Amino acid sequence: MSEILRVLIIVINAVLVENVVMSKFLGICPFLGVSKKIDTAVSMGIAVTFVLALSSVITFLIHYSILVPMGMEYMQTIVFILVIAALVQFVEMFIKKASPALYKALGIYLPLITTNCCVLGIAILNIQNGYNLFYTLLAGISGGISFTFAIVLFAGIRERLDTSDIPPALQGFPIALISAGLMSIAFLGFSGLTSGLL
Amino acid sequence: MKFKSIVKNGIITENPTFRLVLGTCPTIAVSTSAANGLGMGLAATFVLLGSNLVISLLRNFIPDKVRIPAFVVIIASFVTIVELLMKAFLPALNESLGIFIPLIVVNCIILARAEAFASKNGPIASAADGIFMGLGFTMSLVIISSIREILGAGTWFGAQVLGASFQPATMFAQAPGGFIVFGFYIAAANLIVGYFEKRKGAKA
Amino acid sequence: MEQAKFVASSSPHVRGRQTVQSIMLDVCIALLPSALFALYRFGAYSWAVLFSCVAGSMITEWACNKLMKKPNSLKDLSAVVTGLMLGMCCPPTVPLWLPFVGGVFAIGIVKMPFGGLGHNFLNPALAARAFLLASWPSMMTTWSNAVDAVSGATPLEAYKLGQPAGYSDLLFGHVDGSIGEVCKIALLVGAAYLIIRKVINLNTPVGFVVGVAGFAWIFGGYGGLFTGDPLYALLSGGALMGAFFMCNDYTTSPCTPAGQFLMGLLAGILTGVIRRFGAYVEGVTYAILFLNVCTPLIDRYIRPKAFGEGKAK
Repeated sequence: MSEILRVLIIVINAVLVENVVMSKFLGICPFLGVSKKIDTAVSMGIAVTFVLALSSVITFLIHYSILVPMGMEYMQTIVFILVIAALVQFVEMFIKKASPALYKALGIYLPLITTNCCVLGIAILNIQNGYNLFYTLLAGISGGISFTFAIVLFAGIRERLDTSDIPPALQGFPIALISAGLMSIAFLGFSGLTSGLL
Repeated sequence: MKFKSIVKNGIITENPTFRLVLGTCPTIAVSTSAANGLGMGLAATFVLLGSNLVISLLRNFIPDKVRIPAFVVIIASFVTIVELLMKAFLPALNESLGIFIPLIVVNCIILARAEAFASKNGPIASAADGIFMGLGFTMSLVIISSIREILGAGTWFGAQVLGASFQPATMFAQAPGGFIVFGFYIAAANLIVGYFEKRKGAKA
Repeated sequence: MEQAKFVASSSPHVRGRQTVQSIMLDVCIALLPSALFALYRFGAYSWAVLFSCVAGSMITEWACNKLMKKPNSLKDLSAVVTGLMLGMCCPPTVPLWLPFVGGVFAIGIVKMPFGGLGHNFLNPALAARAFLLASWPSMMTTWSNAVDAVSGATPLEAYKLGQPAGYSDLLFGHVDGSIGEVCKIALLVGAAYLIIRKVINLNTPVGFVVGVAGFAWIFGGYGGLFTGDPLYALLSGGALMGAFFMCNDYTTSPCTPAGQFLMGLLAGILTGVIRRFGAYVEGVTYAILFLNVCTPLIDRYIRPKAFGEGKAK
């Protein structure tokens, strides 16, 4: 029971207190780029979550079974980015064969995920924090949920902006960034929420 | 003549930060102090210079089909060099930039320049493009981080610039300040550039 | 509620001969009892704080309209209301430049960049308060008692320390706290006025009250589940101000009755969560701001009935 509670608290912490976008500043490019519609934001979020869970585990295994025994930890960046690029490519091919419908929904987002820095970022953080395999997987999944949560809320706000009379100089990226900033003010209130519990 | 257009392209016309809006994560994450912004900008400039140069030299040897993975490996190698150099010589800066040093790999500016410029142009032009794109990025980072440091801490490059009676607004050093200052920076930079372009157009 | 997008609104609250201006005037009148109580309890300085806020927001509204070449919108009084609301949530002892800066932020960053009245997605007064709190935390949480010049703990801090204030002290405002939030009787009188004038409905406030009280009763106590004090939770901090004046802002709350109730309920629960587990003593501001962010999604999934599809309320 307490283990389940602990897992729940870790997820809440990742989604609300240390949101990947709002407080760790990872994945801001797709956060700004693919958030004009709620539906596409949801698809992007699911695709990222899927890749994050897989890539976290695989980079973990490669780090501890290949890099560490060979004393090549300094090669981390190169190896991880190649693994992620290959993984995304593989996932794309697999989904294309296995489920054309899903491919149609997620297809165009998959290649974009390689350069989503939250994938590489979370893989590196997992190693830095010294997580074991279970917490690595958990960090991957909760990081994905966290990204999805932020991008879907943000897409809701941006859909609303479409009907607003925004000054020409602020249209496009400026107003999107200001909205994101105001949204992160709302997230400030969650700070310290889980500090006594973890 | 061409050199002049590369300079203008990197710093103004295709400025990675306020025109193309690439590399947003490091821009927001490390722009808390002017020194961090400058450090990040120069690190990215170094990687851009190196990757552009090498990719341009190898552009006729890399098969088209595997060019993206090849570019990524070249970029990642330079990022690793920067990582190791910083760890050895600038440990304090390395500590404060943290995870965003290895993340230069996925900074879209670098891959974008490799694909759009270095794979089509000669080594000297590519190196120049790398330097000035990097300087354009650095300039934006220094401006944004200066605004945030002055408003959020009352200091600039660590030195007190606003009198002791100034009460810094710490929010500008936090997440909301990063997003909001960046947003207004894009708007202001485009207004200013637009104004000068219009005036130039009127003259010509 | 402070900002009514009056034209082309599917919102059910606005009926009859109300105009934006008359609604805003009603809100000002409703805040008057609290303001008068502040004058009595904290002295003239508290009014200086209120005026500084109002001045900041009005000047900014005027300047933004000039800059954006839009017609002057000062007459609709929405900037006055934003300023007053923000002033009401400031401690009575802040230096006067601070509420002015807050007013500038509320209008210049939260409201006008989005196109002005009816387009902001966060409540400007609350967002500005959160900005002030994040920027100058010590000034925004120093509650020195202006009457006897002794700095004290707010009722919420006292409750966490195990020395709660009495109910009558809470009701009649003999506690420390923000300018407009201490006297609950004055707030309730103002809220009653707004309800009678049909400026606000009760969907969001009831949800909020149920959320705050329910959470406080179940999880708020330190002796186990169901040992909390729901009445104390409602009467302390900014809960009543949040319920009747903040979370039912027309622009930033959902437009269906069910959505409004849900938003209030969730904001109330989140207030309790932040009070009980968070780093901040009071959670009303952040809870409502977060639900403002969720409002577009709530509206998407709890849709208003299309015209002709059943009887409209």
